[in-house]
Amino acid sequence: MTAPTDRGVVWLGSPTFPDAARTALLDTQLRANLKRATTTIRAKRHAAATELDDWEALRDSAAAIKRRTARHLGRYLVQLEQTVTAAGGIVHWAGDAAEANRIVTDLIRETGETEVVKVKSMVTQEIGLNEHLLDAGITAYETDLAELIVQLGDDRPSHILVPAIHRNRTEIRDIFAAEMGRWGRPAPEDLTDDPAELAEAARQHLRHKFLTAKVAVSGANFAVADTGTLVVVESEGNGRMCLTLPETLITVMGVEKVVPTWSDLEVFLQLLPRSATGERMNPYTSTWTGITDGDGPSRFHLVLLDNGRTDTLADTVGREALACIRCSACLNVCPVFERTGGHAYGSVYPGPIGAVLTPQLAGIDRAATLPFASTLCGACYDACPVKIDIPALLAHLRAGVVESERARRRLPTAEAMTMTAAATVLGSPALFDAAQKAGSLGSRAIARDGRIGRLPGPLRGWSATRDTPALPAESFRSWWRKNRDSDR
Amino acid sequence: MRVALFVTCFNDTLFPGTGRAVLTVLERLGHTVDFPPEQTCCGQMHFNTGYRPEAASLAARFARVFAGYDAVVTPSASCAGMVRDGYPLLAERHGDGVDEQRIADIVPRVHEFTAFLTDVLGVTDVGARFPHRVIYHPTCHSLRGLRLGDRPLSLLRAVRDIDLVELPGADSCCGFGGTFAVKNAETSGAMLADKTAEVRATGADVLCAADNSCLMHIGGGLSRQGSRVRTMHLAEILAATERGAS
Ligand code: SF4
Repeated sequence: MTAPTDRGVVWLGSPTFPDAARTALLDTQLRANLKRATTTIRAKRHAAATELDDWEALRDSAAAIKRRTARHLGRYLVQLEQTVTAAGGIVHWAGDAAEANRIVTDLIRETGETEVVKVKSMVTQEIGLNEHLLDAGITAYETDLAELIVQLGDDRPSHILVPAIHRNRTEIRDIFAAEMGRWGRPAPEDLTDDPAELAEAARQHLRHKFLTAKVAVSGANFAVADTGTLVVVESEGNGRMCLTLPETLITVMGVEKVVPTWSDLEVFLQLLPRSATGERMNPYTSTWTGITDGDGPSRFHLVLLDNGRTDTLADTVGREALACIRCSACLNVCPVFERTGGHAYGSVYPGPIGAVLTPQLAGIDRAATLPFASTLCGACYDACPVKIDIPALLAHLRAGVVESERARRRLPTAEAMTMTAAATVLGSPALFDAAQKAGSLGSRAIARDGRIGRLPGPLRGWSATRDTPALPAESFRSWWRKNRDSDR
Repeated sequence: MRVALFVTCFNDTLFPGTGRAVLTVLERLGHTVDFPPEQTCCGQMHFNTGYRPEAASLAARFARVFAGYDAVVTPSASCAGMVRDGYPLLAERHGDGVDEQRIADIVPRVHEFTAFLTDVLGVTDVGARFPHRVIYHPTCHSLRGLRLGDRPLSLLRAVRDIDLVELPGADSCCGFGGTFAVKNAETSGAMLADKTAEVRATGADVLCAADNSCLMHIGGGLSRQGSRVRTMHLAEILAATERGAS
């Protein structure tokens, strides 16, 4: 994979995952917020998934639809362009983040507006649209509650569904009290951290934006090729406001979001809410097909974004990651995410899916520590409604990282030398036997009561909280040789 | 049935008692077990760390060494999983030197120890006695990889005088993950701390599992914390009899 140019996705200048995680682990407030949030949502998701008899069949169907669509993606996209155009929409194709940003900026400029409202969308985060618009003199107002918290706090999202999962309500109160006034209607003076009061403050703050905005920008959860219908799934209804009140609607969508037919939605609209929030059905599902006279926006633009997706598609193993419907179940069940939070991944896409998607979209050398940010425990795979085998993808991408390192460096890394040496030893029973004997002598020399305490170098982190057993005096193979082989 | 023991490089080097326990149990059940001394490693560490060509040559060696056996039994869920899930990929992608047919032949003959007992031999009572309070940790590779489900517990329940208690939060990962525990030692340590707290709260004498790698990790944490909970491979419990542990 060649290093792509400006694709966004990663936050430039972020530390590597191990370094960022180390810092995050020290933040006890963050750990408590995450633990509380993930524990609750895990239980809800589990209940919502297991109450259906045909959950596994639904997962199989979703996986099959997504994989078939990926194989014929070009065909479905052309069909989507035709159906959207026939319904009065205008379709734009964007090869990368820069092109998508340029298209959206130009479209907003044509309207003469300098303010837009936004529906929560991952893809506009991926391309850094808000920052780009700001440079062009256009202010984008996030209207999803959690996204609003992130925007007001001049923060970054740490979860794909609950971007402010790292905040608790006291922190949210403080952000609202301090920042709302700078963006519009201030928070009430006596605002407390009561959830109902916080929601009301956000409602009042946003209401004015909905009523005055002439342009909205959204993403999409699905786009149906055979009808040209776009779908946004949400909980709060703020998305519905943005999608219906303004005159112009601009939807930016990754090309992998297309599904072939309207009836395919039956599968996904059951899987998504149950996997995402643990609800049987999400409160608001908005669908629209082009434009309709006197009903909703009178101009609709659809920007179809590649930004690394066709490169990803070329890898027949890695492409599985494109099946993702962004439910976030894999984040919520991930023991690593639960401890480190999303910011440690240094990417718009955190957690297990982020660890496999980010290196593919942004280029493997820009996210080389992410495929290793997992124990391969498999909890993500079990939870994933479209059955993405994330552990297998992680292992696949690890091989990509190692190959890329080998190709780039003239001298092997210390790890590569260790691995090569280990392979040589394990490639020969005689060498292995000799290494066991040497290891036994060496380790027992530094052990006390059969245990080795703190170690220097690359094992320092490991040995900080774990004892390591010394090698026993006799390996299994030498025991066998002495006690069994002679019998035969 | 020609049965071979694949002890794994890890057990061979660090936990030879587990290999002996597997022999004890299988021989008690009337089977003859061979240990082909040419065996070394399944290649899991190389595979999971991204060193595919190295993993491929270890896979080729494995398939060659165990070619003549009807069943290859291994006391490691993760190594059995490596063979089952990793080998077909290696055969497909690193063709050179890896005999695809040989790999295809060997994969279905490799059995994790507890699954071999329950599914191939059809036994749950292996004649063991172990009068201690025991908890079982289903390692990720047993639980979500091989989907061993209830098999290990059904074997433990049949052990005489055992006091089997439940480990809360058993299905969450201990944080080991092979090289993860070195590359991301602190994150791994945070997961370990939660696991050891759960283990200690049960008041058990012994923590067992179907994989010594996770047990070494959890045991290493317990040892550093000064806990008296012992870690033992499940095979060693199944090998124990009235006369005491083998
Ligand atoms: S990878 Fe699967 S579980 Fe994770 S967000 Fe995507 S669809 Fe959901």
